[in-house]
Amino acid sequence: MHLSFGEGAGARPMDHKIISKKELRLHNKGYNFLWLMHMAWRDSRKSRSRLFLFISSIILGIAALVAIYSLGNNLQDEVNNQAGSLLGADLEISGSQPTTRAIQRIVDTLGGKRSAQQSFASMVMFTKNGGTRLTEVRALQGAFPYYGSLETSPVPAGHTFRNNQQALVDETLMLQYDAKVGDSIKVGDVTFAIAGKLLNAPGQTGLSASIAPIIYIPLQYMKQTALAQKGSRISYRYYFKFNSNVEVEKLVQDIKPRLEANDLHYETVEGQKEDTGRFFSNLTRFLSLVGFIALLLGCTGVASAVHVYIKEKVNAIAVLRCLGVKASQAFVIYLIQIIGIGFIGSLIGTALGVFIQQFLPYVIKDILPVKVSTPVSGPAVLQGMTLGIIISVLFALLPLLSIRKISPLNALRVSYEPPLRQSDPMKWLVYALIIIFVYGFTLIQLENWKKALYFTGSITAALLILTAIARALMWMIRHFFPSSWNYLWRQGLANLYRPNNQTTILIISIGLGTALICTLLFVQSVLINRITLSTSTNQPNIVLFDIQSKQEDSVAALAKKFGLPVNERVPIVNMRLEDVNGITAAQARNDSTKGFSRWLFSREYRVTYRDSLTESEKITDGTWKGKAGVSGLPEVSLEKNFAKRSGVKRGDKLTFNVQGSLMKTIVGSLREVNWGGIQTNFLVLFPTGLLEDAPQFHVLLTRVPSQQVSANFQQAMVKAYPNVSIIDLGLVLHVLDDLLSKIGFVIRFMAGFSIVTGIVVLISSVLISKYQRLQESVLLRTLGGSRKQIFAITALEYFFLGALAAFTGILLALAASWGLAYYTFETPFHPEVLPVVVLFVLVCLLTVITGLANSRGILNRSPLEVLRVEV
Amino acid sequence: METILNLHGVSKIYKSGSRELTVLDNVSFSIDAGSTMSIIGPSGSGKTTLLGLCAGLDRASSGSVELQYTKLENLNEDQLAAVRNKYIGFIFQNFQLMPTLTAVENVMVPLELRGEKKVRVRSMDLLDKVGLADRSHHYPAQLSGGEQQRVSIARAFSNKPLILFADEPTGNLDAETSSIIVKLIFDLNTEAGTTLVLVTHDADLAAKTQRIIQLKGGRIMADRPTMEMV
Repeated sequence: MHLSFGEGAGARPMDHKIISKKELRLHNKGYNFLWLMHMAWRDSRKSRSRLFLFISSIILGIAALVAIYSLGNNLQDEVNNQAGSLLGADLEISGSQPTTRAIQRIVDTLGGKRSAQQSFASMVMFTKNGGTRLTEVRALQGAFPYYGSLETSPVPAGHTFRNNQQALVDETLMLQYDAKVGDSIKVGDVTFAIAGKLLNAPGQTGLSASIAPIIYIPLQYMKQTALAQKGSRISYRYYFKFNSNVEVEKLVQDIKPRLEANDLHYETVEGQKEDTGRFFSNLTRFLSLVGFIALLLGCTGVASAVHVYIKEKVNAIAVLRCLGVKASQAFVIYLIQIIGIGFIGSLIGTALGVFIQQFLPYVIKDILPVKVSTPVSGPAVLQGMTLGIIISVLFALLPLLSIRKISPLNALRVSYEPPLRQSDPMKWLVYALIIIFVYGFTLIQLENWKKALYFTGSITAALLILTAIARALMWMIRHFFPSSWNYLWRQGLANLYRPNNQTTILIISIGLGTALICTLLFVQSVLINRITLSTSTNQPNIVLFDIQSKQEDSVAALAKKFGLPVNERVPIVNMRLEDVNGITAAQARNDSTKGFSRWLFSREYRVTYRDSLTESEKITDGTWKGKAGVSGLPEVSLEKNFAKRSGVKRGDKLTFNVQGSLMKTIVGSLREVNWGGIQTNFLVLFPTGLLEDAPQFHVLLTRVPSQQVSANFQQAMVKAYPNVSIIDLGLVLHVLDDLLSKIGFVIRFMAGFSIVTGIVVLISSVLISKYQRLQESVLLRTLGGSRKQIFAITALEYFFLGALAAFTGILLALAASWGLAYYTFETPFHPEVLPVVVLFVLVCLLTVITGLANSRGILNRSPLEVLRVEV
Repeated sequence: METILNLHGVSKIYKSGSRELTVLDNVSFSIDAGSTMSIIGPSGSGKTTLLGLCAGLDRASSGSVELQYTKLENLNEDQLAAVRNKYIGFIFQNFQLMPTLTAVENVMVPLELRGEKKVRVRSMDLLDKVGLADRSHHYPAQLSGGEQQRVSIARAFSNKPLILFADEPTGNLDAETSSIIVKLIFDLNTEAGTTLVLVTHDADLAAKTQRIIQLKGGRIMADRPTMEMV
C-alpha cells in the first residue's frame, strides 16, 4: 500500500500561536448551520423510528388541542353566522310581570313586526294514556321566529298551530309518552290537538329539552288554560323584527332607562352572539385545558425518552468533540433532531386533531344551539403546530442541556464521571421557562391570572407529588426489600429501581391519567349520591308548587286520599330588593365602593315566613325572632354565605318590593343552612305577621312509595288542579344522571386523551428500555433462565409499575375529590370501593398487557438471535 | 528539532467527596516534531489520563501543557475544539466510529468541520489508501474490527494533523490484524511526518517508536530512547 498525503503536516511552517482569534472565527464559520443540519440528519439514521416513538407521546395532546381549537373557531363562526336564528328576532324584551300600561307603551313605540310569548313551567297530560309531565309551556302570538324557524314534523305544523287549538310538543317527550301527531294534550283547562313534533326552536339545545321539554300553544288560549293566576311565575317576552335601516343597539340604548324602570330585560342579536360566544369560548377553554394536561403528560414522556436517547449518544458526542465539534454545536445537532421530530409529531397530531374534530360536534351535540360544520381551521392548525414544537423542545431541552457537559474524554474512557448528573444552572432556567410557558398558556385560556396560577400550581404540585411518591416507593422497595421472596419476585421488584429505569415517568403519566379519570368518577358519584341518598330515605320525593292559597287545603287532602304524608307546607312570596340602607340599585351600580354584589338588586327573591327554624337551619349571628313585633323594623334572617357574597351584614336595613308594596326590614340574624337533603330552604326568611296577606303560592312536599302511585297521584292532581306543578325527584335524578353523563362523557372524552397518552408513554418507555434490558435478559437466558421465568419477571415488573401508578393516582383522586366534596359541594365524601378496585385492576392489567406485548421480541427469540438483530 | 509538545509539572487530581485521588503526579517531558513515542505502564498508571491532557481533552489540576508553544490551559473549550480539529488526530482502542455514519462519512467529518471543499473525493481517496474504497458505504456495524480501525486511521489522518494520539490502537484486534494496523499507522506517519504518541500495553508495539515513557502510579518511572528500554 503506497501512501501519499501530499504536503505533510510536519513540513508545514509553524506559528508560535497555534490558534488565533481569526482562526477560531474561521473554525466556527467552517461548520455552518447547514452542516449541523446535515449532521443531525445523518446522526438520526439509525434512530428515526425511536425518535418518532419519543414524539408519539405528544401526538394525542396536540390532536386534542387542535380538535378543540378547531371546534371553538368553527363554533364562533357559526354563532356569528346564525346569531339571528339563535334569538329568532332583532330584539327580545322580557320581564316577569304582566303587561302594564307603561310596558305596553314601550312595546308600542318600538314599531317593526312584533310577537309576544308567555312561558311558564306547567304540568301537562297526554289524554290518551294519562301520562303527566312537568314541561315548559310557551304561549306564542305572532310570526316569531323571524330568523330561523320552529322546526317541526310535519313542517307546516310550525305555522298552522298558531291559528288553531293546537300544540307543538317536544319530539323526545312525544316519544316518551308514546304520543302521535293528532293525539291530545291537556295544558291547564284546555285540551289541544298535537299539530306536530317540535324538533328544534331558536336557541334550544338537546340538554335544555331534556331538562324542560317545550310545548308551544297559541297565546290566545292562555286565559282559558287558567294557568295565569296571581303569584304564578310567568315569563313575558316580546320579540321584534325591524327594517334593516334600524340601528337596534342604538334603539336599545335609548329605551334602556325605561326598560330598567319597568324591570324589563333585553337581548339583541349582538348580545346573544356575545353571550353564546362567551359560553362556548369558556367551554372550549376548559376542554383545551384538559387536552393540555394530556400534552403535558406526553411532554414528560418526551423528556424521559430524550434523556435515555442522549445517554446512549454520549459516546458519539464525545467522539465528535474529539474531532473538533464545539459543545454548543453538539447541542445544536441534537436540538435540530428534536425540533424535527417535534415538527413531525405536531404535524401528525394536527392532522389527527383535524380528523377528531369531525366527530366532536357529535360528542357535544346536546349542548349545541347551532349546527356546526367542520372545515379545517387555519388558526387552530397554526396554534397546534406552534404549541407542539415549542413544548416538545422545551421539555426535551432538559436532557439536551447535558450534551454541553459531555467531555471528549468519554471517547477514551467509558467510565468517565457521568456527565448527565452534573448540576447545571441552565436547567433551572429551562424549568422556569416551562413553568412560564404553562402559566402563559393557561392565562390565555382562562383570562384570569389567579385561576391560571391555581391551575399551574395544581399541575406542578400533582407532578411533584407523583414524583415524590414514585421516588419514595422506589426507595422503600430498595431498602425494605423482602429478601425472603423468591427470585422472580425480587427481580421483578428490583427492575423498578435499576439504572435507567422508567419508573418515575411511568408513575407520573399513568398516575396522572388515573387520577383524572378517578376524580371524574368520584365527583359524579358525589353529585348523584347527594340526590340518591335524599330520595332513598323517608325524605320527600315529590314537590308540588304553584299551589294557590285557596287550593292549599284541598291539595293536601288529595295527597292524604292517596295515603301520602304531607311532609311540608310552605308559603312562598316573590319580591325584589329595593334598597339596602337607603342605597338603591342605581346608586350601588354607580359606586362600586359600596361593596354590594351585582345581582343583589337584580334577582327575584322567593321568601317564606314562619315562626321557627327548621332542622336544617342554625343561627350563627344574632337572634331569630319568629314573630314580627309591634314596634321597630321587622327582623329578617339571611343565609350567611348569601349575606357574605352580597356584602350585607347584620343590622343592615333592607327595603323589599313585595309586588308593588314596599316593606322595610332589618337583618336581625344570619343563618347557616344545610342545602343537602330534600326540603325547602330560603336565602331570606321572614317572621310571621307580615306577609300572610301578600300574593303568594304554596309548596307542598310529600313522599310517594312507588312510580305507579306517583303516576296516579300526578294524574289526579293535574286533572283536579291543572295549575299545580309537580317535580318528581325520581325524574330529576334521572335528568341529572343524564345531564352528568352527557357532560361527563365530554370530559371523559378529553381525559381519555391523557389516559391514552399515558399508554403511549408506557409503550414508548418499554420500547426504549427494551434496548437497555436486552443485555440482562440475554444474560439470564444464557445462564439458563427459561422463557417462562423471564416472562414472569417482566409481568411482575409491569404489574408493580401499574399497581404503584394506579395506587398513586387513586390517592391523588381521593384527595382532590374529598376537597371538591367538602369545600365545593359541601357534602360528606364516601368513596365507593368497587369502581376504585375496578379502575385499579384495569390500570394494572393495561400496564402488564402493554409491557408484555412490547417485550415479546425479547421473550420469544433465542439469545443469539436477539443479540444479532437488536444490539 | 523543534519541540511540538511540552509538559511542565503536570498533575491530575480527582476529587470524590473529601477524598483526593492523584492520577498524575508532577509529570514533565517534551516531544520533538515528527518523532514517535510510546507511553507504557500497568493499568491505572495514568497513561490514558496523560494522553487526554496532551490532546487537550482534559485540563490538568496543576502544571502546564504546551502544544506548539501554546499553553492549552489558557484556551477555552471552543479554542480547544478548534485546536483538536486543526492539529490533532486520534486513533482509539475501540475505534470510536460514528455508528450512524458510513465509512466515508466518518472520514469526511473532520474535513467538513474545517469547511473544506471536495471532502467526499478526498475521503474516498483516503479510504482507498487504507484499502477500503469498496466498503465506503458500509456502516461501522457492517465492518470487521480491523476494517473499522482502518477507517479510524483514515479519519485520523484526514485533517493532516501535527500530532497523532493513538490509544491502544491494537487492543481490540487479533494478532494478524494488529500487525496490519500497526504497519498502516507507521507508514502513514512516516509519509506525513506526523508526530505520533502511542499509549499501549504492548511492548512490541512500543518498541516500534523512537522513545518510550514508562508510567507507574502517575509518575514517570523511565523516559529513554527505545533501544535503551527494550
